[in-house]
Amino acid sequence: MKRVLETKEVAGQSPNYLLAKVQDLIDWAVNSSRANSLWPMPFGTACCAIEFMATAASRYDFARFGMERQAFSPRQADVLICAGRLPFKLAPVIRRIYDQMPQPKWVISMGACASSGGIFDNYAMVQGIDTIVPVDVYVPGCPPRPEGLLYGVLLLHKKIKGESLFDRAPRREEQPLDERGLRLPPEQINEISEPFGNSIHQFRSA
Amino acid sequence: MNSSVEALRATFGSAIGRAIESCGDTIVYIDPAKLPEVMRWLRDTPEQHYDYLVDVTAVEYRDRERPLEVVYNLRSLARRTDLRIKVELDPQGDLTLDSVVPLWRGADWLEREVYDMFGITFRGHPDLRRILMWDTYAEGYPLRKDFPLRGRFSRAEQVRQALAANPEAHYSMEELSIAQAYDELPPDMQERLRRGERAKIPYSE
Repeated sequence: MKRVLETKEVAGQSPNYLLAKVQDLIDWAVNSSRANSLWPMPFGTACCAIEFMATAASRYDFARFGMERQAFSPRQADVLICAGRLPFKLAPVIRRIYDQMPQPKWVISMGACASSGGIFDNYAMVQGIDTIVPVDVYVPGCPPRPEGLLYGVLLLHKKIKGESLFDRAPRREEQPLDERGLRLPPEQINEISEPFGNSIHQFRSA
Repeated sequence: MNSSVEALRATFGSAIGRAIESCGDTIVYIDPAKLPEVMRWLRDTPEQHYDYLVDVTAVEYRDRERPLEVVYNLRSLARRTDLRIKVELDPQGDLTLDSVVPLWRGADWLEREVYDMFGITFRGHPDLRRILMWDTYAEGYPLRKDFPLRGRFSRAEQVRQALAANPEAHYSMEELSIAQAYDELPPDMQERLRRGERAKIPYSE
C-alpha cells in the first residue's frame, strides 16, 4: 500500500502530504486501540505470578491501562506475560501458547527467571524465555513489584504506539521454529544462556 | 531408641545393621537383600504395625567412599511411632532394589521419583517411569553426584530437545486413575457402569 501511495507524486507539490497524514492518522487510531486494550494471557509459573495477581487486583489495577480482560485462552490474547521461571518441561507449552495467539502479539518477560534463568542456572531451567519465544519487554526484579510490571506495560504501550501498519516489521509475521526446531541459532542460545558471576567457574561437561 | 530395633534384631539377626538415633529419630540400616521381608514384617506384625510409608528418598554423599543410601520413613499411625529404615548401595555397582509398592501403594510415585533422580531400579514396581523429568530425558539422573549442575548437553541442545517434546504427551489414559479403577471394580458394578447407570448423589434432592 505504501508503494501505491508513493507513486502518486504530483509535479511541483510536496508529495503525498495529505496521504502521509492519512497514514499517520490510521496508525494513530490502530495503535491507540491496540495499546489501550491489551488482553493479557497470564502464564504464571512461580512467585512472579503472585505479584502479577497483585498488579491485576484492585490496589494497582492494570485495568486502568486497558488490560481489563485477562484472556485465559491464547486465542483471544495479545500479550503473553510469562511470570516466573520456566522449566524445560514447560518450554513446548509456552511455545504452543505463543503459536496459538493471533497476530499482532507481544510478550512481556516478567522477573529475573523468565528473563535470564535468574538464580536457577541448572539442568532443568530455561535460561531466558527469549530462547523460546521473541520477547518485547523484560521486567527485572525478583519478583518485580507491581509498579515494575505496570512500568513494563507502559513501555509496551510506547512500543506499540511506535509501530506502523505501513511498515511491516518482520515481527508481525509468524516466526515458526527453524528446521532444527529452534528459534535462534544454537550458538546464540548458548551465548545468551551463559551464567553471570561466580557461577561461570562451575564444571560443565558438554 | 525405638523398641522396634530390638525386635528387628531378634527376628532377622544379621540382616539388621547398625542402629543410631539422630534428633530423636531411630535409624536402622538393613541388608538390601532382606528389604521386602523386613518391610512386610514391620507392616504386618501387630506389635510393629507401621502402616504408613511417609516417604521414600535417596542420598548420595559428597564423599566417594560413602555408599548411596535409600531411605524409607515409616510411621505407625496407631502407635504414633516413627522409624527410619536405610539401605546402603554401592554407587558404582548394581542399583537395584525390591519395590515396596506391593506393601504400600503410596510408594508408587515415591519410587518413581527416586528412579528419576538417582537411577535406582525397583524390581516389581508396576510402572517404573520418570516422573519429574520427561520420558525422553537422556542426560542421566540429575541428583547423582557425577551429574553436572547444568546438565550434560549444551543449552541449545537442551532447548531443542525440550521444544521437540509433545506438550500433550504427558498424560495418557493409563495414567488416569479412573481407567485403572475400572478393572478393580466388582463385576456387578462394572456391569452397572457399562449400562450407563449413574449413582445417586447424596442430598441432591
